[in-house]
This record gives sequence, structure tokens and C-alpha cells, in this order.
Amino acid sequence: MTDSTLQSKAATAKAGDDTEGMSYLESLPRRLVTLYLPLFIILVVLLFPFYWMVLTSIKPDEQLIDMEKFNPFWVIHPTFKHISKLLFETQYPRWLWNTMYVAVGATFLSIVASVLSAYAITRLRFKGADAVGVLIFFAYLVPPSILFIPLASVIQAYGLFDSPLSLILVYPTLLIPFSTWLLMGYFKTIPYELEECALIDGASRWQILVKIIVPLAVPGLISAFIFSFTLCWNEFIYALTFLQSTPNKTVPVAIVNEFVDGDIYKWGSLMAGALVGSLPLVILYAFFVEHYVSAMTGAVKE
Amino acid sequence: MSTVQTSMPAQAVAAGEPSFWSRLSGNRNWAAFWFMLPTAAFLILFLAYPLGLGVWMSFTDERIGRAGAFIGIENYQWLWDDSIFWLSVFNTLFYTLIASAIKFAIGLYLALLLNRHMPFKAIIRSIVLIPFIVPTVLSAIAFWWIYDSQFSIISWSLIKLGVIHSNINFLGDSDWARASVIFANVWRGVPFVAITLLAGLQTVSPSLYEAATLDGATSWQRFRFITYPLLTPIIAVVMTFSVLFTFTDFQLIWALTRGGPVNATHLMATLSYQRGIISGRLGEGAAIATAMIPFLVAAIAISWFGMQRRKWQQGSNND
Repeated sequence: MTDSTLQSKAATAKAGDDTEGMSYLESLPRRLVTLYLPLFIILVVLLFPFYWMVLTSIKPDEQLIDMEKFNPFWVIHPTFKHISKLLFETQYPRWLWNTMYVAVGATFLSIVASVLSAYAITRLRFKGADAVGVLIFFAYLVPPSILFIPLASVIQAYGLFDSPLSLILVYPTLLIPFSTWLLMGYFKTIPYELEECALIDGASRWQILVKIIVPLAVPGLISAFIFSFTLCWNEFIYALTFLQSTPNKTVPVAIVNEFVDGDIYKWGSLMAGALVGSLPLVILYAFFVEHYVSAMTGAVKE
Repeated sequence: MSTVQTSMPAQAVAAGEPSFWSRLSGNRNWAAFWFMLPTAAFLILFLAYPLGLGVWMSFTDERIGRAGAFIGIENYQWLWDDSIFWLSVFNTLFYTLIASAIKFAIGLYLALLLNRHMPFKAIIRSIVLIPFIVPTVLSAIAFWWIYDSQFSIISWSLIKLGVIHSNINFLGDSDWARASVIFANVWRGVPFVAITLLAGLQTVSPSLYEAATLDGATSWQRFRFITYPLLTPIIAVVMTFSVLFTFTDFQLIWALTRGGPVNATHLMATLSYQRGIISGRLGEGAAIATAMIPFLVAAIAISWFGMQRRKWQQGSNND
């Protein structure tokens, strides 16, 4: 017993700061079988569809359908034909623009509304603040699949049918509950003393919010922004229901409805469309991984 | 986590004789009203009102382009005798149960793997989340191509390996179609489960494992008696979300099969879209959507009790 403690102490002392205390108990072959191999298999399965997407979008047509002569897992003479066809012969740029416009608009509206409501709930402590917080949490649990039919008639009644504006107004119902909870968590970590000082110096609530709280909660705002933006880009059922005419569609809806013809060679342009539609999010994600993860886990933990 | 109610120092208001207006503008409730207004407007106009309207519409015979009249529970009676509706209920439950169970198992396993010490940890973790970032419909399209009846890469590989002799009709055969959509759903859901559970795992102190190891605990015992109890609250929340989103899934099915073959993959959401929007029978579609609500309430109740249990665990930690 004492021996092993001593050993373990020695091992921790020898190892650097970032190794855990018990890692010396594992041999390399054991780690290979219990850690690297399963992890490798899972990663391959998780990434294969993307590899396949990229590969298909740069494969010439004859290699796509002749799987005997060409090894399907590789491409011999890559071509940008599908991507250029997508960008210059279809309305794809227009769809990308629509998606971007809707996502930015809805995200902006939601963040402004969420900052205000999260501040009110955490800091103004008005009557019934806790109940309002719980109600907003429940709003997060209402899925679009049970709302799209009545919403379609609401949108129709407001005369917004087939307009991207309808999505900008509807998406905040998905984003506000989430962002509010996320920001509530951030606001709670800001010390009251800062606010008290500002109040004594004669600042109004509005000035406190804009000049003290918001600058301190910038990481939270970035997390909320990234997550909301991704959610907007991903949303499908509302966009499918509310948008009818081809030029108004968003990327996910257009891909599903506009590319699906009987053509056997559709796959190249379909995959190119999926790839180009995913890239903006993947790039954004690459820059803000930490914020994204903290948004996701933060909301769940809260 | 806990909100301490005692700290309300900022409102030591106005000495002297305030005017009515300054008292009003200094009033917390009045200020809070304005701060809450945008959120309330969005959530009431586009969430609460449609929710009520949907329930009302399910009692009418409204169609696209024609206002409906109240017809009582006729829609529900109609659905009660509709075998396709019951098939969709079965499909939804089947899809949710199987997919959630697999997502939980693989997600937890992946989280445990990612929690171990290894080189390039941060990069591997960020790669794992990519399927969750990419819009579902776009990855579903990639799966559609992978599941193609003629050019499927899976069929091709299996034929080359000599496992099968002819192409598998992934999306054309009922059982294969169900398995295929479940696989695609699991593929997309695992990263979410894994990364959130990983966040929970990271809060477990390694010294607990060291102590248990010194006491001679096996790795299964360490998992069962340390990891699992400490992780239960976060598992409850994560799985509630996962179940909720799987139950109401629409886009994956719509992009892959549109409910086919012969309704084998129709979920309640896709059936509701088909009846309500495509066939134009808004009332009937709304009735199907409303029928999902009891299931959702059950899921939320489970989530609620999960959180209660978490509070209880934090309160008395003496076992």
C-alpha cells in the first residue's frame, strides 16, 4: 500500500503538470487497444460523409458512376466543374445570400432581445423574475415541428408569406430562449459591486447595461452569436413551409427541392451544393471552437 | 448555479422628494417591463399564440386558402381509425427509443475516451463536433448519396469484401430504411451527447479515481460507483434534450426518405407536414402535431425530475 503511494507520488513528480496521476499505470499496447483504436474508428465514421462529400464534388462524372474502372475512394483528375456550375449556372449564390441575410438578421434581433431580458431577469430582480426565467426555459423546449402549421397561417395573415422577413421574425423564438439562459449565466458572474459603483456615480440602468455589463459579457455574446447563427443556418422546417418561390429559398431548402431531378449526374452538383453550404459554418466554427463548446455545454449545465 | 436572493443592494433608491416620473423611472418593475418587452413580444406572437392556435386548428376543418369551421374532435376520431397515423406513432417511438439509446451508449463511451489523456486532445475534440455543426439537411444529402441504391459506397465495399452479392437497397426496403435513418440520426447526435457529457466528466476530480484505485477498485467499479453517480444529473438533461429533438425530428427524414418506402419511416412530424401543408388539410395536420404534445410534456417532466434529483444530490452528499 505505502509502496504504491510512494510510487505514484514519484510518478506524478516525474511526469509533467499536464499528465494525470494514474497514467503511468497504462502500457502503450493497452492504450492502443482501449483508446486509440476505438477513437480512430469513431472518428473515421464521423468524418467519412464529409470526405465523401468533398470527393464527390470534385469527381468527374464518368468516375462517379463507373466504380469498376476507377477506385471510388479516390479521384484521378479532379475537376471544379460541379462547383463552378453551381456558382455560375444556378441561383446558388442567391440562396447563400438569403441564408446569410436571414441568419444575421435573426441572430442580431435575438441577441439584442436576449441581452435585455437576461439583464432584467438576473439583475433587476423584478417581481416574478424567476417564474419568467422558467417560462423562457420552457419556450426552449417547444419544437418547431408542432408550430409550423399554425405559424404558417399567422405568417399568411401578416402578409409575410414567401418573404425572408418572415424567417427573421420567427427564428428568434428558437434563439431567444437559448441565448437568454446562456447570457443569464454570464451576467450572474459579474460582481454586483461594479453596478453599485456605477449607480452611485449616477448611471442609469441603461448606461450600466451598455457600458459595464455588455463589455464584460463579450465572451458570452460571442458564444450566443455563434450558436444562434449555426441554428439559423441549420433550420429547415420553417423555411420549407414559408418560402415558396425559388429565388427566395435558403440553402438547405433549395438543395432538397431544386436539385432533385431524375438526372443520374446530379450527385456532383448536389454534393458541391452541400459542401459549399457547410463551409461557412465550419470556418466560423474553426475560429470559435471554444466559444461554441462553452455555449453548448453551458446551456445544458445551467 | 444557485441564485442568492439576498443581494439586492442597488435599489437603495432616492432620498428626498422624488417626482412621480422619477419614481416611476426608478421603479425596478417598470424598468424590467421595458427590458422584457422585445423577448415577450417575440415569444408571445410567434410561440405562445401559434401554440394555442395550433390546438384550436386541430378542432377545425381548415384548409389552405379556406377558413375552417369548428368540428369538434372529428380530426382526432379520423386519426384514431387511421392506420398510417398509428404507424407513424409507432415509427416515432421506435426511432426515438433506438436512436436515443444508441446515442447515449456511444456518446458516453466517446466522452470517456476523450476524457483520457492523449496527444492532440483539443484538436480531436473539435473534430468530433463537426457533424453537429454542419446543417442536418446537407449531411443528410451526403447520406442520401452514401445510401444510393445503385452507387452506394457501402454496398460497393461489402461486395468487394465478399460479404454480400448484390446492392443493398438502403432506402427502398422498409427495414433497411428504418436502420439507415436511425444510423444517420445517431451519427449526427453522438457528438452533442459526447461533448456535453465530456464537460460533465471534466468536473469529476481525478483524486476520486486515484483513491478508488488504491482501494482496489476495478475500472468497471470506478465507472459504476464514481463516474455514473456524479454524471447522472447531466445525463438526465442531455438525454431529455436528445429525446426531445429526436422525437420531433423532421429534416433528416424529409431529406432522406420523405416518409417512404410505404410510410415505413414516416414520423409524426413528417406526416403532419404531408397532411397539413402538401395535401392542404391544415386542421388534420395540426391534430397530428397536437398529438405530439403529451409525449413532449412527458419528456419535460422527466427532465424536471432529473434536475430535482440534482438539487437533492447537492444538498445531502452523505452516502
